[in-house]
Amino acid sequence: MWLVFFLGPATVVFATFITYPILSALAFSMYAWEGIGRRGFIGLANFARLFATFPYSGLLVNAFWHNVLVFLVTMLIQNVTALGLAVLLARSPWGTRGYRVVFFLPVMLSLVIVGFLWALFLNPIFGLVNKFLTLAHAGALARPWLGDASTALLTLIVVNAWRWLGFPTIVFLAGINAVPEEYVEAARIDGAGEWDVIRRIIFPLLAPAVTIIVLLTFIGSFNWFELPYIMQGVSGAPNRATDVLSLLFYRTAFGEVDTGLQDIGIGSAIAVLMFALLLTVSAVGAVLLRRREVELA
Amino acid sequence: MICLLVAGFYPAAATGQQPVKLTFWSWRVEDKWAYDKIIQAFQQRNPGIQVEFVPFKATEYNTILSSALTAGKGPDIIHLRAYGGLETFAAPGYIAQLDFDKLPELKTFSRQLLDGARGRKDGKLYGVPFATQSLVIYYNKKIFAQNNLSVPKTWDEFLTVLKTLKDHGVLPLANGGKEGWTLEVMSGVVAPNFYGGTAFYDAVTRGQTSFKDTAYTNALAKMLDLRPYMHPNFMGVDYTTMQQQFINEQAAMFIGGSWEIGFFKAQNKDLDFDIFVAPPSKAGTTPWVSSYNDGNYGVNAKTPYMDAALKFIQFTATREFGQMFTDMLAQLSAVPGVEVRDPILKHVQELSRKATPYIMLVGFRWQAPTGSTLLQSALQGMMAGSKTPEQVGDEVTKGLSAWFEPFQGR
Repeated sequence: MWLVFFLGPATVVFATFITYPILSALAFSMYAWEGIGRRGFIGLANFARLFATFPYSGLLVNAFWHNVLVFLVTMLIQNVTALGLAVLLARSPWGTRGYRVVFFLPVMLSLVIVGFLWALFLNPIFGLVNKFLTLAHAGALARPWLGDASTALLTLIVVNAWRWLGFPTIVFLAGINAVPEEYVEAARIDGAGEWDVIRRIIFPLLAPAVTIIVLLTFIGSFNWFELPYIMQGVSGAPNRATDVLSLLFYRTAFGEVDTGLQDIGIGSAIAVLMFALLLTVSAVGAVLLRRREVELA
Repeated sequence: MICLLVAGFYPAAATGQQPVKLTFWSWRVEDKWAYDKIIQAFQQRNPGIQVEFVPFKATEYNTILSSALTAGKGPDIIHLRAYGGLETFAAPGYIAQLDFDKLPELKTFSRQLLDGARGRKDGKLYGVPFATQSLVIYYNKKIFAQNNLSVPKTWDEFLTVLKTLKDHGVLPLANGGKEGWTLEVMSGVVAPNFYGGTAFYDAVTRGQTSFKDTAYTNALAKMLDLRPYMHPNFMGVDYTTMQQQFINEQAAMFIGGSWEIGFFKAQNKDLDFDIFVAPPSKAGTTPWVSSYNDGNYGVNAKTPYMDAALKFIQFTATREFGQMFTDMLAQLSAVPGVEVRDPILKHVQELSRKATPYIMLVGFRWQAPTGSTLLQSALQGMMAGSKTPEQVGDEVTKGLSAWFEPFQGR
């Protein structure tokens, strides 16, 4: 009885703002649309259209692979760096507290500000990045970072990693600090070197933190919207080089200002696919990653 | 005397009757001051009606408006875009139908502009057009004089002007490619003279040809002539940077729309500029100018104050409104007979006599994927060198065939 009383409000909020929108997106994806007006039920025709007609089919695949790339590269440059920093910080070098604040600071900045600042830094004409390269006699490297299809997405990923780096660092650091000192000492007495301690003691016991960070990175990568939207606009410019699923969804469901029209049927279909993908992969991923976790005896 | 009498009489009458309060939604945040003044003028004439102008951020306007209308709410008066942007809201029945009986003023509007206020399916009118925009080339008169240059009459002369400027260390064109729509605007300026203006527009909208036509792809290829005269990193140059470059006299020319005039003047009072239109290949032929209906004022079909709302949009169709609009916002009002006092705007008006529809907006923005969506990203590919003009033509035609039947199988 009390359980119902206490869980009730949360359930209602969850149902209204999470469950209902998901179900209505599912329903919307099965109707025909005329502008913003809903017409007849058409079953899976929107999905068929999404998969089979140009340009949607190509855009969907293009955006999906970009999300995969975002996930992989973020894992590689953000989370691996974070792990390295956490290992270093765990040894409490001089100024640890200062470093912790500095690494974590960008996480607290509003994403809008981060996007806006970096767009200024990366401006090809007066931006700091190209100015700095020119000063460093590397002017040949100066380029339109955000306007060049070969660098735009990677640049966004790096900016994103710069912003988020502090978060996995703190999580890993907390995980490392939670490793009981006796284990490390015991290993040392058994003659384990620095690297052995990290590899055989710390990493295995860090598995729960890794699970959380991998899952959050996955969900963040596949829902990635704000930063590309702020820095590149809704079209995935240039020429869809920074297009990701959320942008594609937003663009088709709500239209591009002064450019495109909304196609709510296709937009909802994309949303449903994204939800299904996130749910399945997160669930399977969670099970697989948990298996590797070792219980602290 | 009569004024005094009227003024004395109205408050008394109004006590028995609450004034009607209308809301007017728009995406023109920057124009609020002007609309507030226009509304004041309207309210003086119609004391029983109050209008509140509520602007939203342009990029979020459509989302906010769609949600409100589908929920059976929304403002009484709606600032609407034109063509397909109007159709999205009009076709499902959210916008009140208008006709010449209700708004006889509309009879005097040009047919081209009214076409931007019509539903494509039913051909009915849904709004009062507010402005017409033309796509032109801005040039800095001081920089031209310093380099002994005059306005080019032919395409080749234009290229010579660009080269001279570049040789003298001046950035000839402020334009960039980071935002695809600025490239579509550039194609709207450059291409019509080469694809043959309205004759091609008519043929392609009737389905007699497609964008694979060499007339069109060769016209797009002319944009590549301009590439050497843009900033070497132009693909990263966004719209705001383009504007800054021209306003701060860092670049000699700016290919853009007539809506910039007011902004350029406001940002740099000393900027001495004028416009010309894209020169044709042969001297002596009048060049084409892409132009279009910028948008419309419509009435929510579900407003409880239909009469008052109609009265307001009727006011937007009057010469008085058009004059205020043109004077304050430095834009060409859609109302016929408005006197243009701004010399540059007047120049735009004169040069736009040989107008051709801005091709994707007027002809192919009726359903998703729109011609503009397809063209913009493809043009980014073309300007970056990863696509040929032929591939752009193919892609646009193929994408449009999803809803434009004449292109199917082409």
